[in-house]
Amino acid sequence: MPETDAIVDADSVGEPAELPLDGWHRARGARMVPFAGYAMPLQYAGPHGGIIAEHDWTRTSASLFDVSHMGQILIEGEGATAALERLLPADLAALKLGHIRYSLLLDEHGGIRDDLLVTKLTAGVDRFSLVVNGATKADDFDYLRADLPRTVSLTMLQGVALLALQGPAAAAVLGDMIPGISPKLGFMRSVMRDWRGYRLNIGRSGYTGEDGFEISLSVAGAAAFADALLADERVRPAGLGARDSLRLEAGLPLYGHDLDRTTDPVSAGLAFAISKRRRAEGGYPGVARISQALAEGPARRLVGLLVEGRMPAREGAPVFAGPVAVGRATSGAFSPTLGRPIALANVESAHCAPGTFLELEVRGRRLAAEVVPLPFVPHRYHRAGASA
Amino acid sequence: MTRYYTEDHEWIEVEGDVATVGITDHAQSQLGDLVFVEVPKPGTELKKGGEAAVVESVKAASDVFSPVGGRVIEGNQTIEGDPAMVNSDPEGAGWFFRLTIADPAELDGLMDGAAYAELLAGIG
Repeated sequence: MPETDAIVDADSVGEPAELPLDGWHRARGARMVPFAGYAMPLQYAGPHGGIIAEHDWTRTSASLFDVSHMGQILIEGEGATAALERLLPADLAALKLGHIRYSLLLDEHGGIRDDLLVTKLTAGVDRFSLVVNGATKADDFDYLRADLPRTVSLTMLQGVALLALQGPAAAAVLGDMIPGISPKLGFMRSVMRDWRGYRLNIGRSGYTGEDGFEISLSVAGAAAFADALLADERVRPAGLGARDSLRLEAGLPLYGHDLDRTTDPVSAGLAFAISKRRRAEGGYPGVARISQALAEGPARRLVGLLVEGRMPAREGAPVFAGPVAVGRATSGAFSPTLGRPIALANVESAHCAPGTFLELEVRGRRLAAEVVPLPFVPHRYHRAGASA
Repeated sequence: MTRYYTEDHEWIEVEGDVATVGITDHAQSQLGDLVFVEVPKPGTELKKGGEAAVVESVKAASDVFSPVGGRVIEGNQTIEGDPAMVNSDPEGAGWFFRLTIADPAELDGLMDGAAYAELLAGIG
């Protein structure tokens, strides 16, 4: 019975690094697994632990995730906006103070080097923070440094943790700890607050499809802040396993699985990340290929598949339309919310319309699957201006 | 009745020439929440160490190997309908299949309960 955790990357070499809260996780019975070069909590022990229980708790109350493996990069200095726009297809010139955008680091062919969140930190000044994937952060940093002019400083933040509080109770919990914050802050907005002498950079964002926050703070305050959150009975810790099943239900692609350098943003369903002005003006890497895909439609697309039966189809499962292979699954798991297997798959565009019946091949067997619109489970983000 | 264990965390309980096979409590705890189980059909010929059944957790698939060779008498249909039973009672009602043992000598070299406990202690 060999252990095979599908989200654990096989190519991480050497001893995994420790998260700032490594001991905190272990004290709560976390099962630690290697991911993105770190020992990460997959799931927790105890009566409320396990991927399904942690997943369900996130959908009904609030869960605390440690995502400190991700890279936090500070970019500032004269010309940073224009220089970053040469690498990202976002309209950074129009980004307002405290606004967050989902964006993509592209290669010269329009392939996706990474996906990230960019936040405008200071009004009227070229100053941004990027949150990038853990497995790619060192490459991202080198790539940025090689391209940005010397007038722009680039700092990989050290000694900071990143915690995600996700779920329908997240705003009420954080509002009780930090009065006045939650009703005013809309989805993809960020704000700075102090808590017991620690500076918190709070963004209303996350990767579960639920309302929630990602909170950056110094390692020195991270355990106390995590403890204060867990002291609220609405909050429980959740691991990487639940984070992955939540993001898959939310139809959110995971870098290294659903996205990589062989995928362009349009094929990946991420055309929204190319701002209107940038579509018109261009000037980002791979603009020729991406403009063509925008105009003519991509040859392949990332689609959602609802799989018949109970047997999950995993990443790599071939997708068939009758006898013809038309793609492959890029992520697959059992959906705790829907009670059935779901998958994301990269499929030839002719077979991508919702309602199309395809087949997935698993262990030599064909499983019936239907193309469905994404997300599998509706998002519940807190839109700016919407009532709390 | 004698119960033996494998290094792959299967258990096998032997009564005469018939054996019942399942996965250990340690195995289910490592796999996490099970969402799919497939057991062998009656009449299937299994080899010692060969793939006999499949278990899938939320995240991953794993094989269950047969501790000895033999012919399957019965697969546990109940766990196919309710995979979580393997999590809640892995060494009882969550058994996987029964078979007639082809060669009792293949039981030699399997661990008894004490040796398996020692193996688990070593895993920590």
